[in-house]
Amino acid sequence: MEVLMILFVLLPLAAFVVSMLVPQHHENAIAKLAIYSLSINLFIVHVFIGWWIWGGRPDLNIKELVLYKSGDYEFFIDFYFDKISAVYLWVGSLLTFMVSVYSRVYLHREEGYRRFFSTMLFFFTGFTVLVLAGNFETMFIGWEILGISSFLLIAFYRNRRLPVRNAIKVFSIYRIGDVGLILTMWLSHHLWHENITFSKLHNYDLVHHTLSEHSMLGVVISLMILLAAAAKSAQFPFSSWLPRAMEGPTPSSAIFYGSLSVHIGAFILLRTHPFWEHQISVRILFGLLGVVTSFVCSGIANVQPTAKSQIAYSSASQIGLIFLEIALGFEWLALIHFAGNAFLRTYQLLVSPSLVTYLINDQFYHFKPKKRERNWLVVNRIRYTWYMVNLNEWYLDSFMFHRLWNSLKWAGNKLIPTGAFEILAATSLAIIFGGALLFYPLKPGENLVEYMPVFFSVLGIVAVLKSLGERKNAALALLLITTNHLCTALAIMFNEQFNHVHNYLYLSGVLPGTFLGLGVLLWLKQKKASVNLRQFHGLSGKFPVASFLFLLACLSLAGFPITPSFIGEDIIYSHIHIDQKWLISLTAIAFVLDGIALIRLYARLFLGSNPNTAFGGSYRSA
Amino acid sequence: MVAQQNIKSKNMDHHVPTISVFNEHETLHKLRHYLPAQAPLHEFIHHNTLHAFQHLPFDKAISLAGRVLGYKAGLSLAEYQQLYTEGKIHPEALERAWKEQDLLQDWSHCRGLLFAETTEPNAQPLVGSLRKLWDKHLAFDLDANVYPVLFRTLGSFLDQGVALSGSPVQNKSFIHGIKELQKKSYIGFFRSARAKAFLLNKQTTLAEVLQLLVGDERLFEQYLFDTQFGHPGWSGMVAVLEENPKLLLDQRQIKLVDLILFELLIELDTLDRLFGNRWKPLSMYENYEPKDLFASQPFRDEEQALAIWRNAFEYSYYDQVLKGISDAQADPAKSEPASFQAFFCIDDRECSLRRYVEHLDTNASTFGTPGFFGAAFYYKPENGKFYAKHCPAPVNPKVLVKELGSTRKHKKDHHYTRKNNALFQGWIISQTLGFWSALKLFFSIFRPSFSPATSGSFRHMDHTSTLTVAANPIHMEHEGGLQVGFTVKEMADVVEGVLKGTGLTDGYAPLIYMIGHGATSTNNPHYTAYECGACSGKPGSVNARVFASMANHAEVRSLLANNGLHIPEGCRFIGALHDTTRDEISFYDIAELNESQKEVHLAHVKVFEKALDLNAKERSRRFELVGTKAPAEFIHKKVLERSVSLFEPRPELNHATNALCVVGRRSLTRNLFLDRRSFMNSYDYQVDPNGIYLLGILQAVAPVCGGINLEYYFSRTDNEKLGAGSKLPHNVVGLFGVSNGIEGDLRTGLPSQMIEVHDPVRLLVIVEHFPEVVLATLTQSPATYEWFQNSWIHLVVIHPDSRLLFRFASDGFHRYSPFTKNLPHAEKVEELVESMIENIPVTKLNT
Repeated sequence: MEVLMILFVLLPLAAFVVSMLVPQHHENAIAKLAIYSLSINLFIVHVFIGWWIWGGRPDLNIKELVLYKSGDYEFFIDFYFDKISAVYLWVGSLLTFMVSVYSRVYLHREEGYRRFFSTMLFFFTGFTVLVLAGNFETMFIGWEILGISSFLLIAFYRNRRLPVRNAIKVFSIYRIGDVGLILTMWLSHHLWHENITFSKLHNYDLVHHTLSEHSMLGVVISLMILLAAAAKSAQFPFSSWLPRAMEGPTPSSAIFYGSLSVHIGAFILLRTHPFWEHQISVRILFGLLGVVTSFVCSGIANVQPTAKSQIAYSSASQIGLIFLEIALGFEWLALIHFAGNAFLRTYQLLVSPSLVTYLINDQFYHFKPKKRERNWLVVNRIRYTWYMVNLNEWYLDSFMFHRLWNSLKWAGNKLIPTGAFEILAATSLAIIFGGALLFYPLKPGENLVEYMPVFFSVLGIVAVLKSLGERKNAALALLLITTNHLCTALAIMFNEQFNHVHNYLYLSGVLPGTFLGLGVLLWLKQKKASVNLRQFHGLSGKFPVASFLFLLACLSLAGFPITPSFIGEDIIYSHIHIDQKWLISLTAIAFVLDGIALIRLYARLFLGSNPNTAFGGSYRSA
Repeated sequence: MVAQQNIKSKNMDHHVPTISVFNEHETLHKLRHYLPAQAPLHEFIHHNTLHAFQHLPFDKAISLAGRVLGYKAGLSLAEYQQLYTEGKIHPEALERAWKEQDLLQDWSHCRGLLFAETTEPNAQPLVGSLRKLWDKHLAFDLDANVYPVLFRTLGSFLDQGVALSGSPVQNKSFIHGIKELQKKSYIGFFRSARAKAFLLNKQTTLAEVLQLLVGDERLFEQYLFDTQFGHPGWSGMVAVLEENPKLLLDQRQIKLVDLILFELLIELDTLDRLFGNRWKPLSMYENYEPKDLFASQPFRDEEQALAIWRNAFEYSYYDQVLKGISDAQADPAKSEPASFQAFFCIDDRECSLRRYVEHLDTNASTFGTPGFFGAAFYYKPENGKFYAKHCPAPVNPKVLVKELGSTRKHKKDHHYTRKNNALFQGWIISQTLGFWSALKLFFSIFRPSFSPATSGSFRHMDHTSTLTVAANPIHMEHEGGLQVGFTVKEMADVVEGVLKGTGLTDGYAPLIYMIGHGATSTNNPHYTAYECGACSGKPGSVNARVFASMANHAEVRSLLANNGLHIPEGCRFIGALHDTTRDEISFYDIAELNESQKEVHLAHVKVFEKALDLNAKERSRRFELVGTKAPAEFIHKKVLERSVSLFEPRPELNHATNALCVVGRRSLTRNLFLDRRSFMNSYDYQVDPNGIYLLGILQAVAPVCGGINLEYYFSRTDNEKLGAGSKLPHNVVGLFGVSNGIEGDLRTGLPSQMIEVHDPVRLLVIVEHFPEVVLATLTQSPATYEWFQNSWIHLVVIHPDSRLLFRFASDGFHRYSPFTKNLPHAEKVEELVESMIENIPVTKLNT
């Protein structure tokens, strides 16, 4: 019976793959494929959960597949099932099924009908992988799938500017969450000396023993988990991404940002509960973050004049309460709260267009003019201030994006005044020199080598910053990102002697990705498409294949789990020592920036504008 | 014929070259004129989207709208070429269209242009090009910094009840509210000292701020156009509300100039904040040549080629219709008396239902007239706090009709109460109601049914209620400045107008139905666009019932008799409502009929029911997901389901494909299959030899039908800018508008789901009368004449005696003879309807 668990992943995955092969305009075939596979899935979920309850709700663990093994390092896929997976799986399967039936008619004749269903199936695949994951590595695979499919769903209307910009925003926040999870994995390697499974975390003695020796490390791991969870669940200070994700067709906003995607943060906390439950300080922090989020987001929700932003902030504030419940140890309450909140928000979003009919009618019959409010100066001052703070979403969005973005731009342009091309040349030279140094060690002394890792990490960041600021040449931007990866690889090689296969593994996605990307750019140049980065070009409409290939190139460059780079990334990190705070921080920053630079590159070239309109470009403010 | 009359637009003259000096008042006036004039959602009324260009001939207008504002107000060359290859443009029509113009004389040159390959996109529009320079010179996106603040501040201020607590300064005017917040909140809008000072200074003018932002005074006007057309939806809404604050139930004081000042100050603040003193006025970065935005320009050959295509496409369709109309025979005098008569709205959606009713009962006859049935009034339902206008938008009624004795209950649905979104109630609700939502969702997907969120036309007025139609003759009541009920004289005028206007002056049947129409839709913010346009987007049930009550009034009848309208004692008018989405009819005040009338009525109801089934079947041929070949009753059930399904963005297709308006006797169209593409106004030239009633009809047809037609036209050709785009990502803003996502501009026009099957052709009005009478009539009303003279609507007159066709051009009427030789025949309508999903060519029906 446990074998069925694999089906939960394989079924949507197979449906996803098949859906990509169905011709574009065969709406019926596409919808049926999705609905049938999801209804079979829902049926098996019920059978499985029934069987599981009948069997006394045991915790199940299946070690599925070892993907890579080298020395004592082992990268394997592992599945785990307990009450948390059960609730998440059930809610997810039920909602996805219902929404797919809903969308069959709702999306009729919409351009991108197939794209919608494919992305939804892909998303659901990621969701099941994540909630059934038995270790951090497996979870990370699901996590990454969720990230990229979210990006694609938010940017569903890829010819318009705002959806694409917001998709980039959300993706950047997700990238911060990614770092949380990657660092958790890295720290766990060092803590447990293996890729720990969640079922082992339930071993109280083991956890207690290990943590009492490395209590500081335990706290840091918990904080990283919190970072990942907060980013994914739109907790303070990341909350402003959630309403901005509501750019796709209403059903996708409803199911993903109203319910499934946004509750994943709570899932991670629940999943790692045995690990942090004895760290009181950490629990207080979790609870506090939840309370702060509830307070802030319900304040913001109060004044939102649009239906979707109000629902989004209310949902985030309820998730804050869920965080609190988890911190207090009320697991069942949190699970019930999750399910209820997910259902409520999905429904609320789906019926949000009805708000006009209902409330206008209500107003027509029950309108009461507002009473004049009293003018006490101090009370007014506080009231006005409270309103202004909330209206402006506590300045979360402007802080996250304008401040951070502007400082990145400033860093790219002002701190490093050299041109992008010079930087590329310099970095390449340094890489060649560094490579030579590695293979034919001169004897300039140990000292120099000691600084090499940090030197190359910084160089990598410089390259990627330049790439972010590049406004002319797409190929240059792409190459700068590649050099960032090469720098990271070199930095790690200087850091520790290890099997070069690890590095090849790491670069196995990066280099083909670069070549593929450059190939597409060359081809576009031949087709006379403009490929500067000053504006959105929206080439995906005209060159769909090129767009898909370039996306693949970006994904492999970003270490997405379609190439072995993904495993390589994990191993590479394991060669950074636990005390190398600088190196790990720099590598992590490079990782975040790299993802943002790639997605910006893809979006600028292929999305965000409708070249087919008579007067070119798109309606900028819609 | 009558020489061309130069009718000056009622709007201002646009060609005064005043770019040298900035005149705030004049520029604001211009802006208000060009911004979209779309009211809040619940007051949505179709209008010509390019009304601002209506003083120009159509071809020139759309060329100018494209060049200046970037609107794609017609199909592209490639689209026309495609239609030509598909056979939807007739070669004969193309040839005629070429011959009728004189700009492109040389055929080979013209042919080259018509079939040219389009490669280059058109030049960027003028408006928007100046403000773009910020991005060019400072490498930053000003919009991204300004729009979010501007939109949410406006949204919060105007909000009608989405937010749990709205802006605390809603009781002040917009700009005073902003000042109050800036002054009295610990966190203001601005951080730049200059922006703050400008805001708080009472005398600040736009020019002062523009001086800092733009510098060169000659560019001020264009800069303002650039800013306002960056978000035409919001600016248009504000301009509309400034003009008519009553459009919001919860009124606000706001002016366009306040919005502009606030926006310019946000720009100033942003620039100061981000660049300190490292930025300068725009005109100092480069030498930008000031332009006279709306100056006329030479009409290019390429544009003329498009105009030829446009006419050819239109006449490929019109020609069949005209052939059919000119072939139509006058009705032979009826031997049997009419079994019943039914009045429907002029609406194109009633076209097919009337045909079925007449086919099922060959003794019945139907009439078309604007669905407010001449009765203009405000309506106040029982317990209503406001008055709803029930007549065409430009009319300002003086009468109030009140509903009394209603037993209507308002069902509550907790999913729409805002408590869900508060923190603590939300905590409880999400754990309880949350699971209820899952069930509701399940049922709404698998068994759709009416819910409190459905906008149902039958809910507008309660069956059991009574209406205050007749005024109290002794003691006239007044409420809110309106007279409660109509006087006898007023009622008689209304009834006489409709009966004479439609030509029903004798031969009254025992039962005469007045059938208004409305629509049902769920999860649809644009619900009012589906209702009766002649009733300002409300269901026509109240008007139908009011009219019936007037016509049944004894004193009214005696007044009518004096004017030659002898309605027999036994004749009874019955008000009814046709729901065009659900294809259901509900009849009012049946209890007042006597037994024998009731019996006859029940027999007629059967006819209506059968006709409605067939009508549902005919409509279903456009719905891809419903098989049209199934039996009518079965399809009708599917159609009913559509109207209450949350997930159905096309409950009905509304006015899509509309193209005609026939003003004449029913005999012109009785045996023609017009595929629900025609507005139909019954009219008998014999009753109205001098065109007195005709004037009234055309005065309504031009803005109402023309407005509907052009709104569909432009929403179809440029759904991005003149339409609302796909409705799937729409987000409700403050209950008055929709935007994409949470920080987009308000979307105006129609969503893609409403217009996707629409062929953009202008309205062809066909009038049965003598050409000279029609011309004399038209010139009496300059506003109406403008529509025809500038070719925003086509006009063809059919001569009642000779049956010859005369087409109107700006220099008068000219003979038109159709090139279509024979129209196809069909034996059975049902088979014809099942035959294809696309537009069906005009077909003669053998009956």
